[in-house]
Amino acid sequence: MPIIALLIFTFATALIGLFIPIRYGNRFAFISSLIVFIYSLYLFCTFPITADFQYVVDYSWIQSLGIHFKVGMDGISVLLVMLTTFLTPLIIFSVRKSEPRPRAFYSLLLFMEMALIGVFVSMDGFLFYIFWEIALIPIYFICLLWGGKDRVRITLKFFIYTLTGSLFMLVGLIYLYLHTPGEHSFDIQALYTAGKSLSAHAQCILFWFFFLAFGIKMPIFPLHTWQPDTYSDAPTQGTMMLSGIMLKMGIYGLIRWMIPMLPVGLSQNAQYVMWLSIAGVLYAGIIAFTRKDMKRLLAYSSISHVGLIAAGIFAFNGQGLQGGIIQMLSHGINVVGLFFVVDIIQSRTGTRDIASLGGIRLKAPYLATVFAIIMLGAVALPLTDGFPGEFLLISGVFKFENIMGAVVGLTIIIGAVYMFRMYQRTILGETSLATENFTDLTAGEKAVLIPIVIMVILIGVCPNLFLKVSEPAILKLLGGI
Amino acid sequence: MLQYAALIPFFPLAGFIILGLLNKRLPKNLAAVIACGMLLISFGLALGMFMNISGQSQEVQLAPWINVGSFSASFTFLLDPLSSIFLMIITGVGFLIHVYSIGYMHDDEKHNIFFAYLNLFVFFMLVLVMASSYLLMFVGWEGVGLCSYLLIGFWFKNKAYNDAAKKAFIMNRIGDLGFLLGIILLFITFGSSDYHTIFTKANGFMSGDAMITTITLLLFVGAMGKSAQIPLYTWLPDAMAGPTPVSALIHAATMVTAGIYMVARSGILYALSPISMYVVALVGVVTAVFAATIALTQNDIKKVLAYSTVSQLGYMFLGLGVGAFSASVFHVMTHAFFKALLFLCAGSVIHGLAGEQDIRHMGGLRKKLPITFITFLIGTLAIAGIPPFAGFFSKDEILIHAYSSNKLFWALGMLGSMMTAFYMFRLLFLTFSGTYRGDSHKVHPHESPKVMTVPLIILAILSTIGGFVGVPESLGGTSQISKFLDPVFKPAQAKMMMVEGSGGVSEMMLMGITITVVLISIFAAWYMYVSRKSVPVSEGTKLPFFTKLSYHNFYVDEIYSALITKPLDKISELLKNIIENKVIDGVVNASGKVTEWVSGLMRFVQTGNVDFYLLAMVVGIALIIFLKLM
Repeated sequence: MPIIALLIFTFATALIGLFIPIRYGNRFAFISSLIVFIYSLYLFCTFPITADFQYVVDYSWIQSLGIHFKVGMDGISVLLVMLTTFLTPLIIFSVRKSEPRPRAFYSLLLFMEMALIGVFVSMDGFLFYIFWEIALIPIYFICLLWGGKDRVRITLKFFIYTLTGSLFMLVGLIYLYLHTPGEHSFDIQALYTAGKSLSAHAQCILFWFFFLAFGIKMPIFPLHTWQPDTYSDAPTQGTMMLSGIMLKMGIYGLIRWMIPMLPVGLSQNAQYVMWLSIAGVLYAGIIAFTRKDMKRLLAYSSISHVGLIAAGIFAFNGQGLQGGIIQMLSHGINVVGLFFVVDIIQSRTGTRDIASLGGIRLKAPYLATVFAIIMLGAVALPLTDGFPGEFLLISGVFKFENIMGAVVGLTIIIGAVYMFRMYQRTILGETSLATENFTDLTAGEKAVLIPIVIMVILIGVCPNLFLKVSEPAILKLLGGI
Repeated sequence: MLQYAALIPFFPLAGFIILGLLNKRLPKNLAAVIACGMLLISFGLALGMFMNISGQSQEVQLAPWINVGSFSASFTFLLDPLSSIFLMIITGVGFLIHVYSIGYMHDDEKHNIFFAYLNLFVFFMLVLVMASSYLLMFVGWEGVGLCSYLLIGFWFKNKAYNDAAKKAFIMNRIGDLGFLLGIILLFITFGSSDYHTIFTKANGFMSGDAMITTITLLLFVGAMGKSAQIPLYTWLPDAMAGPTPVSALIHAATMVTAGIYMVARSGILYALSPISMYVVALVGVVTAVFAATIALTQNDIKKVLAYSTVSQLGYMFLGLGVGAFSASVFHVMTHAFFKALLFLCAGSVIHGLAGEQDIRHMGGLRKKLPITFITFLIGTLAIAGIPPFAGFFSKDEILIHAYSSNKLFWALGMLGSMMTAFYMFRLLFLTFSGTYRGDSHKVHPHESPKVMTVPLIILAILSTIGGFVGVPESLGGTSQISKFLDPVFKPAQAKMMMVEGSGGVSEMMLMGITITVVLISIFAAWYMYVSRKSVPVSEGTKLPFFTKLSYHNFYVDEIYSALITKPLDKISELLKNIIENKVIDGVVNASGKVTEWVSGLMRFVQTGNVDFYLLAMVVGIALIIFLKLM
């Protein structure tokens, strides 16, 4: 029941939010997302450390097709639900008062939270697909209505890109459904059985179908070209939602659906997809070197980081998978923090152009410190949240094949280069025309950034808090194939 | 009792947290007292541990950290003689430098944050040497790198300083990648990164094992970054952008010796790999000589000392590479004394001359800064290797071991010693003797306050007598330090085929040669800079070929920039403009266009004209019938 409660509550608040008087809109949305967070924190803290799905609810939905409304959480799901419910209140709180049509904006954010939770708890292939597509609707409108100058073209491209991927997934799911034993069903276990029973050839083809869907969402090189445009043109909260949580749908899809369904498909293609992922790590990282727009630089850095996560997961060993999961959390936290910092800078100076900034530390030491800590998380300094993940991911890849591990390890150098460059040019040095009258963080901005900083350090110092939750599920996954 | 030593790092950490959070709300004096006090407590504990350790080794487990299958590490500290010596150096010399900073940084508006960073640095440095596993060592390793970044770029308004800080961090990261891969290989090979497990299992490996060689070479890449060896040394001279106490603490006495600590700690692994040992020695000796040749022509007082540090670190690696582990650790200790002293003296000079660092504008400071002069002289004698000052014993022991292992290494080491004596006395003479060459209307050279000179005096005493803990048996000593470290290095030494003795030539004779060569160098320096009063030419004058190369660091920075930095930026632009925009997005947009085009074609078919549909139908049926009949 707890899961149903989460879903219904977020959905209901999204609806009610539309009719709340405008001046209470922010408070209403924030408080209701906070309630969701507190509730899921309770679930997380009391979560039993086993590999079994908890809180399973199973209603027959469309009987004739064997479609069920079946949800449940294991250690992997609960972490991602936590990530979603932790970040959503922060994202809502970060909305500026000046935003036009605030009620619709908040409702869309809450609606999206509901869909994301749904994706992470679905135990029925069809239900998963429904939530997967529903999640696209609010972000589409957020980008289209609140985006930047070129939003119509960019949003269309984003939409078609991901929809194309989704269609491949739908075809794949239906194909598997038709191969489920006995009465056809979309149940997760039935789909696993169906996938594993397929010939190697069929598995390989389906593997690429699902790869397209999940690879576009994450995105994996070379399916990523929608991403930098969308990230830089979407309103900040949209970018945070996309990069912080939504791209984890793709990674989650790999772990929960694609790999367990198509183990042979993975083992035959692991070489290729890993090299693709690794190529993306270097490619996007190197492009980030010379980006002039802070948001775009972060967009490419996100592609680079996600490439590492993908490579670790495809390596399919304990280190790679556990590293992937903890890195999903820390990447989500870091990237939301970083995009918010950019938003703050842009709201003060009217620009995100790195060359016209500088000297912010002189005016805003608090911002400079917070930015530095989150950046250190992003470059994976030990005792920050990026390190356990990056270390485990590189180890996982290295275990799979030494040379790949060594190549992907370059990320620790590349990441430091673009991040420190950006930090130096925007924060250090003398003030510029744009930053002359820069003011330090407001209380509201601190309220968003301090929880993020705390998490950066908490995950870095006590990664076991999170690793141990997903461990049984990962071991089961590894053992089941 | 011993386990209380595990608390040592947490005092500086507490200092950092207090100063970091309260920052400007604390009065300057109180902040300084907190920072120094924390170090003093740590020093007290370290001293207690040093007294009680007597060859034991004990692990203190604090908390778990990362657990994923066999890849696990915990916050566990190892207390043994090797870590104990480093703890003494870090907290002891660290404390003196903290005290000195009270005077040096007194008027800086970011005074409190400076002390916060210093305390944070000490915390990470202590974690580095107290860790009981490679992964935890890596925490300290990267942590000190971060503090080094923060402190080099402490005056962050200046772009050049920021560049230097960034360069240090990134170059270190290059080394760190090697270190990290080494750690991963250790995990894969030994199922753990704990020293205890690894060193026990390593006994089962044959000498020359390929895996051990790979691991040790990867670890050494890390050491090359942190300890500024060729080819990753260029960040250290630039790091002099930081305040001088930082140069003394981080870039001379402690952090840069982390690489030596790491190789010494992994002694048994290196002992199993003759190739790695040879590489370590070779890189060390080449760096020692190369950096010395650069130091010969530098005119910035701190740059001379920086290249000298690179060179001395090279000697330490030479020692490690020829199996003289305890001699290298000994040299780490004496070097910490005399190099910290020299840097702090340099700081005192810079302080007294209102920021002047160019030795061409100094001279004649002997009278004006008498304490600084005497202590600088002692430091110079120590680094040049004049007995009985500290540097003599440690460097000599390295050279003797080098001789018995490889005569060429010894000869190069000797050459380096010669240059060391020359450039150090050149520096001494140009700074302190002769007459003042600066603008005496604007600058009034003066001695520094007590809070700065007392640390100088203490360090000078240590630089004078510090060598006596390692007087070799051939000089009637007992070499206490190597006895003290023996429990740590014995297993490694047992794995090596040590060539004992020095092949007919007695140790006394080698010492004699060293001292003679050094004295000749000093005389040459005296002749040039005191007797003939020559002063290095001013900027822009045409220099002889070799001098020019040396003065410009053999253009290594320019070469790196042309070969790596600039091409990478070009590639970045190229990837974005060509591959990203034209190729990948080109394909994506083309597929969109193709869809549009196909649908455009289809539109022609759907004309809405019934005649056309009928015609198409008839033709279609005819075709089907025709094909069927075929």
